[in-house]
Amino acid sequence: MTLTVFQSIATILAIAFGAILTRVLPFFVFPENKKVPKFIKYLGKVLPCATMGLLVVYCFKDVDITSLSAILPQIIAVASVVITHLLKKNTLLSIFVGTAVYMILVQFIF
Amino acid sequence: MENKKTNYYKKVIKYVFPHTLPVLTGFLFLGIAFGVLMQKHGYNALWTTFMSAVCFCGSMQFVSLTFLSTAFNPLLAFIMSLVVNARHLFYGISMLGNYKGTGKLKNFLILTLCDETFSINTSVPCPSDIEKKHFYFAISLFNYLYWVLGSFLGGIAGELIKFNTKGLDFALTALFVVLFIEQIKSKDNRLMGLFGVLTTLVCLIVFKSNVFIIPSMLLILGILAVNYYSKNKNSAQKTNTEKSEGNNI
Repeated sequence: MTLTVFQSIATILAIAFGAILTRVLPFFVFPENKKVPKFIKYLGKVLPCATMGLLVVYCFKDVDITSLSAILPQIIAVASVVITHLLKKNTLLSIFVGTAVYMILVQFIF
Repeated sequence: MENKKTNYYKKVIKYVFPHTLPVLTGFLFLGIAFGVLMQKHGYNALWTTFMSAVCFCGSMQFVSLTFLSTAFNPLLAFIMSLVVNARHLFYGISMLGNYKGTGKLKNFLILTLCDETFSINTSVPCPSDIEKKHFYFAISLFNYLYWVLGSFLGGIAGELIKFNTKGLDFALTALFVVLFIEQIKSKDNRLMGLFGVLTTLVCLIVFKSNVFIIPSMLLILGILAVNYYSKNKNSAQKTNTEKSEGNNI
């Protein structure tokens, strides 16, 4: 552990607080008797997808794009996730295959 | 009377459980991966279970490993949690109607809303002989328990087996890639998904790896707002400027 027990608990609670805030806010701002503005409804429809795009990019933020041995395992593993998912449509299987491929690549090949 | 009630709850469980099975397997796997990684950073099963129970935000918990293994910075951890979990805002907005009138159970439903619960809620119909609040509650409760159980098991496994976990964190990338594919399956979403990826990429290049998330979100929101209001300007005049200003926060 890099942090002390107190620091760890504070960090975990800070993260929990952030998560709780994002969950409670919509229901707090729009109680049952209040009408939801059209723009917010529009956001509710389009944002989940745009956010997933953002999170995918987030995962690659620390990949060193000047190093072939860093990029290749990522590309191969992502491709295996996509192919498995398109063929089998099974979320768990796709994650499992992708992770296994990546672990084998970084541990034994690159 | 008692018997009738028990039978009713059995019926609810019988209907809901099969729909949550993919989540059971997924959360067990990811939970175990998370528990093992926590163990690697010096946090035992107790820590992992505690964190999963109070945070219940899988992807952010993976991200938080960074915050637990570098200098103490709870404010940045909080902001990052807001950003990574911001999609809950959008799930919440979509669930405003579904969770209406769920009474005492509503708080639990709100606090445990996650990607998987959202996707079941929106894709599985509630049968007429089951009360809506019990239907949603069962889904949320099952998924919550799977995650806590999975991370507990992972914490234990991490203590028992010593294996090379290098690359295990790819599980998170794989999860996001799969969720992304699921999103862009519908044709209407494709442009939006591409838009999210491109905007974030631009911000990543401009702002570098540590701070690009918040600019990305602001840029995404800004462009969507501009797009929405420029489209509506012609068709409906009633969308007043007051509203658009209020949405820039």
